[in-house]
Amino acid sequence: MAEKIDNLENLGQHRLNHLRELEAEAIFVIRETAAQFDNPALLFSGGKDSIVLFHLARKAFYPGRVPFPLLHIDTGHNFQETLEFRDYLVDKYGVKLLVGYVEDTIKEGKAKEDTGYYGTRNAIQSITLLDMIEKYKIDAALGGARRDEEKARAKERFFSHRDIFGQWDPKNQRPELWNLFNGRKHLGEHFRVFPLSNWTELDVWLYIYLEQIELPSLYFTHRRKVFNRDGVWLAWAPFMRLKPDEKVEERDVRCRTIGDIPTTGLTLSMASTVEEIVYEVATTNTTERGMRFDDKVSETSMEDRKREGYF
Amino acid sequence: MEQHTKLSKQEIKQKVDELLNNYLEMDLLRFTTAGSVDDGKSTMIGRLLYDTKAIFQDQLDAVERASIRRGEEQINLALITDGLKAEREQGITIDVAYRYFHTPKRKFIIADTPGHVQYTRNMVTGASTANLAIILIDARNGVVEQTLRHSYIASLLQIKHIIVTVNKMDLVNYDQQVYEKIKKDYENISQKLEVPDIRFIPISALKGDNVVEKSQNMPWYDGPTLLWLLENINITSDLNLKDPRFPVQYVVRPMNDEWHDYRGYAGRLASGVFHVGDEVMILPSGLTTKITSIHLSDRQLDYAFAPQSVTMTVADDIDISRGNMIVPVDNLPQQSNEVEMKICWFNQRPLQTKGRYILRHTTTEMLAMITDIIYKLDINTLEKNFEDKQIKMNDIARIKVRTAQPLFFDPYRVNRQTGAVILIDESTNETVAAGMIE
Repeated sequence: MAEKIDNLENLGQHRLNHLRELEAEAIFVIRETAAQFDNPALLFSGGKDSIVLFHLARKAFYPGRVPFPLLHIDTGHNFQETLEFRDYLVDKYGVKLLVGYVEDTIKEGKAKEDTGYYGTRNAIQSITLLDMIEKYKIDAALGGARRDEEKARAKERFFSHRDIFGQWDPKNQRPELWNLFNGRKHLGEHFRVFPLSNWTELDVWLYIYLEQIELPSLYFTHRRKVFNRDGVWLAWAPFMRLKPDEKVEERDVRCRTIGDIPTTGLTLSMASTVEEIVYEVATTNTTERGMRFDDKVSETSMEDRKREGYF
Repeated sequence: MEQHTKLSKQEIKQKVDELLNNYLEMDLLRFTTAGSVDDGKSTMIGRLLYDTKAIFQDQLDAVERASIRRGEEQINLALITDGLKAEREQGITIDVAYRYFHTPKRKFIIADTPGHVQYTRNMVTGASTANLAIILIDARNGVVEQTLRHSYIASLLQIKHIIVTVNKMDLVNYDQQVYEKIKKDYENISQKLEVPDIRFIPISALKGDNVVEKSQNMPWYDGPTLLWLLENINITSDLNLKDPRFPVQYVVRPMNDEWHDYRGYAGRLASGVFHVGDEVMILPSGLTTKITSIHLSDRQLDYAFAPQSVTMTVADDIDISRGNMIVPVDNLPQQSNEVEMKICWFNQRPLQTKGRYILRHTTTEMLAMITDIIYKLDINTLEKNFEDKQIKMNDIARIKVRTAQPLFFDPYRVNRQTGAVILIDESTNETVAAGMIE
């Protein structure tokens, strides 16, 4: 395997395979962001897509440092493992970290928390994010979102314009041709940039395997207190309200995608290595966002949230 | 993952390594699809995704629920590609949507573009990065005005391969005569195009004929299925590997102890191949130097080729910055302050002759003025109109542009990267036109 991995030209002379082509495209977009904007930041969730994005950013500027900070929106309901991994990466690579707290947004009275069974802080994140963007004068926020994830995301540009209120106008997007990205904007507006637009979930996992990228332990099997709600396994935590018929039990689980605790559905799995995960992903018959509680609200919940400034 | 427990760790590792090896041998084909409203484009894409198993169970369940809600008897494959709220409400596609699927041979990216007249700009957008275009024709309607329009756009953007799918063959009793007539009509109009490779396939996206599975209903057709063609069309020669062009995107200066004097020029090769040791010229300064190293992150390369993103160092300490272009001394691009180009106009506000625009080309931006409109193209007849100088949204025209600094370019026909520009409105910042330099 090692031989093939090291060969950039498996397809014959001067032919890039599709994974390396996606890598080249993402690096181009990341560099273009650093060049066209004064104050970019990389939206870091602790999930695999933002970890891959950071890995690509390190490649893009090697041997220099990544010339922008990581920005994390902490809902206050995060998995401890996510936060530990975030701090580990920041420490290891000497990159600057900015954290916005949803708790602050709620305390400041800018949002009211839904504390019902299905209440999450997911939508409030958008407000915290926009506050952080304004506070640090961030003019481009790089995110790991992919077009294959969700139907509203299938319409995203690489350089996606946001108006002064942080809103996305999907019906009136700038045409994006060749690789000529137009990042011009007026004061107060900003861009979201998605270098992984053309990657699929399997691309991301195979790239992680190929490049041996480190991941938080949450992605691998572990025993955890969980409960089942409407067919989805959720992690138990003190702030999670249980319905009368729901009971906490211990199971071997792992995350297929990482959000915060209330939004992340867990997979019953014994996969303990990246190759076992790749195998799972390659043979599964559900989408990864099918495991996300935040998308189950309505058919257009992603589009609605994105219009309002979501990731 | 029941099947998962049956395999040992070793077996899984072996399987995944096989998968990875296979994956690293796949190339990428980007294609765009165009058809008029109701030609069955969404159904065709839905069929491709469905039959190649790119649709997951939960997506399929959602589509099934939606089909039932709409009172339809069977799963409506077209709903797989629905995106925005308004699109679902109106049953149309508004914006370019990107879809993904793969077979063991290739990974595919579909730029799914709307067929309405007013959305020509979206088709141009989708076509700009495509290797191939699928043009749909409704077997009942034959070649229509929009067929020519879509084909012309594919040709204008230098797409080298077109597959014409004659769809809804089931509604014309799979009649060979109907297909042959459409094929002949299309061959007549395609003489006006610059597309070297045009193929035809009779299909029924709804019934699945010749999309992924070979049709039992059209024994008279002995050609390949649509998927077979997509998997096997040779796109190797589409990329310009003859003319090395390296637009400098970003200058890497670590300025730390370990890399004290390091200056790396980062960018993506627009075309061609560069080797360590190559004698190169820096444009616009005209200074010459030699490439001393090429690397991709910490990996040293002997050479790099398009479309790789790499970083280069050069022998001499000369001023090189973003927007400069590195080229071989013996293969220079053209240089001019005044160029002619074909454009597609994208904006509500018509083109302003003598108007100032920002022109973006490779990694550089400069002021530009549209000095003259040579002709406007009637996209339905492909006739040149030298009188009408009103260029409005979705119009295609040939114009003259003067730039504030010299432009280093190759004709778009020869190089899709160094021959392409966009024009930006200074006041609104909107992208108002796509230009292809003659």
